[in-house]
Amino acid sequence: MMTFQQIENILNDKSPKAVEELAREAAQLTRRQFGRTISLYGPLYLSNFCSSHCTYCGFHSQNKIQRIKLEPALYRKEMQFIHAQGIRNILMLTGESYKHTPLSYLKEATLIASEYFQGIALEVHPMETPEYKELFAAGVDGIAVYQETYDRARYAQVHLSGYKKDYDFRYATPYRAAEAGMRQISLGILLGLSNPSQDLFALYQHLRELEKSFPGVEYSVSFPRLRTVKSATLASGDVDDAQFVKIIALTRLLFPRVGINLSTREEPKLRDHLLEIGITRMSAGSNTSVGGYTLLEEKYQDPQFDIKDERSVDEIVKLLKAKSFDPVFTDWRHIENSL
Amino acid sequence: MTDAPLVIAGKSFTSRFLLGTGKFKNKKDLSDSITACGSEIVTVALRRIDLERHEENILGFIPPHVTLLTNTSGARNAQEAVRIARLAKASGYGHWVKIEVINDSKYLLPDNHETIKATEILSAEGFVVLPYISPDLYAARALVKAGAATVMPLGSFIGSNQGLKTKELIQVLINEIDLPIVVDAGIGAPSQAAEAMEMGADAVLANTAIATAQNPPLLAHAFALAVKAGRLAYLSGLPLQRSIAKASSPLTGFLYDDIPAN
Repeated sequence: MMTFQQIENILNDKSPKAVEELAREAAQLTRRQFGRTISLYGPLYLSNFCSSHCTYCGFHSQNKIQRIKLEPALYRKEMQFIHAQGIRNILMLTGESYKHTPLSYLKEATLIASEYFQGIALEVHPMETPEYKELFAAGVDGIAVYQETYDRARYAQVHLSGYKKDYDFRYATPYRAAEAGMRQISLGILLGLSNPSQDLFALYQHLRELEKSFPGVEYSVSFPRLRTVKSATLASGDVDDAQFVKIIALTRLLFPRVGINLSTREEPKLRDHLLEIGITRMSAGSNTSVGGYTLLEEKYQDPQFDIKDERSVDEIVKLLKAKSFDPVFTDWRHIENSL
Repeated sequence: MTDAPLVIAGKSFTSRFLLGTGKFKNKKDLSDSITACGSEIVTVALRRIDLERHEENILGFIPPHVTLLTNTSGARNAQEAVRIARLAKASGYGHWVKIEVINDSKYLLPDNHETIKATEILSAEGFVVLPYISPDLYAARALVKAGAATVMPLGSFIGSNQGLKTKELIQVLINEIDLPIVVDAGIGAPSQAAEAMEMGADAVLANTAIATAQNPPLLAHAFALAVKAGRLAYLSGLPLQRSIAKASSPLTGFLYDDIPAN
């Protein structure tokens, strides 16, 4: 494993040759491990009620936005829309509210989602192992939980109140999810919150520990960069494109089999180039507002973050094929989950 | 010289090259590669079969004369492998199944113990089971007892293109196990496939090397030729493998120096 200093040196090296070499090596390794395939998934925002105050997020509890929680009849409509676009892997998201989106709500959403989707993942508030076991049994295969930053001081500064304030509970969440049987676990850091080298080093350590404790889990990582929401600057990002490329390449070289997600936050041009370097999964046809697909007109929507890549699923598929990638819609066939 | 066919579970195959269908950049490359190598058995991960997107459905690119071998990719234990195999059968993909039980996402090494358990259950249910294992004599013997149709030992880490890193262990299986030995995983070049066949393997399976080549059908063809060449070499009684062959100057000839030749 690399030391913090080695990572820092790589990220701060301004030479174009260094980034090119890293990218080439990562691209080669990615092709050998994954071929020219990219898995596609669709995000579905179920609710934006949130009890945590995270300064960088459009859903945070103090933000005066319209709070919505979709009831089954409504999210079913959204699911049908996403399904009709060809998507078979779904990531269901909520704000972090135990009160508004409790376990029972998530279980019901999972059962309905399993009518339309083969792979179901959740990005919701962290839970305890028994709750994850119930979700796994209901049909959830994957959990995404990002630490955002591993810098404790910075973590405290940006997570002002609510459950998310508890750094250690969040850090241990992927262990609890794995313990419960989850097949896929996604970790992530929000680039721009703190020193990227430090966060990357800590993320790698987290991932390495998890691999040792739960080797059967398929891990993936995400590197969202800070974005504005409805043009309001909530924080400033400081990871430039070259550093971003290096972060993806380095992750691939150190973790050859780990999935690397790319979100719609990135500009299409960058997103297209990153596909060559190390990305294995991307969202398509995304809308980051609750009810954003079929229910609300755009002017009434309050997205979690503004999307930079607004291309439809069909457009993404065309683009992937034009770049000689095989878009993968079905990456899992749902079987009964039990340990 | 005519070779005996490869027989698996009573079914005869002329080709001794099996193709995996993952990682191809498009379905045309896959389809052309199947044609170019003449494989009669191809593996498909059930998790990658999309029933609804007909134009993209991988099964539409596999010719009808080819035997479909669904694999249990994604299974982490015997129970999950059994569920996936049953689902494949129920979905109409036949009863030939390659058991892959992998509970290590870093090295993707198969869990032999769980593989044996799954083989036992599925063989009893009438599946033709081709289990993928780390080459181990005891595991292979247990698989014979469990009713496996072949044994598929890995040559090296899956997707590594490193060739026959486990050569000596595979040779033991070839020597001792009376089921077809299909060398699977890590075969990165036709020369490595030929090497496995020269050793006496009954067949070779490749995927990554072909799927990620610049020209997949061309490499698929090269693999098929190499497998044939290796097979012929094996049948020829290749000198290097005949450790009990007659030495040109016998070490013990002196014992008979006084006996006149007749």
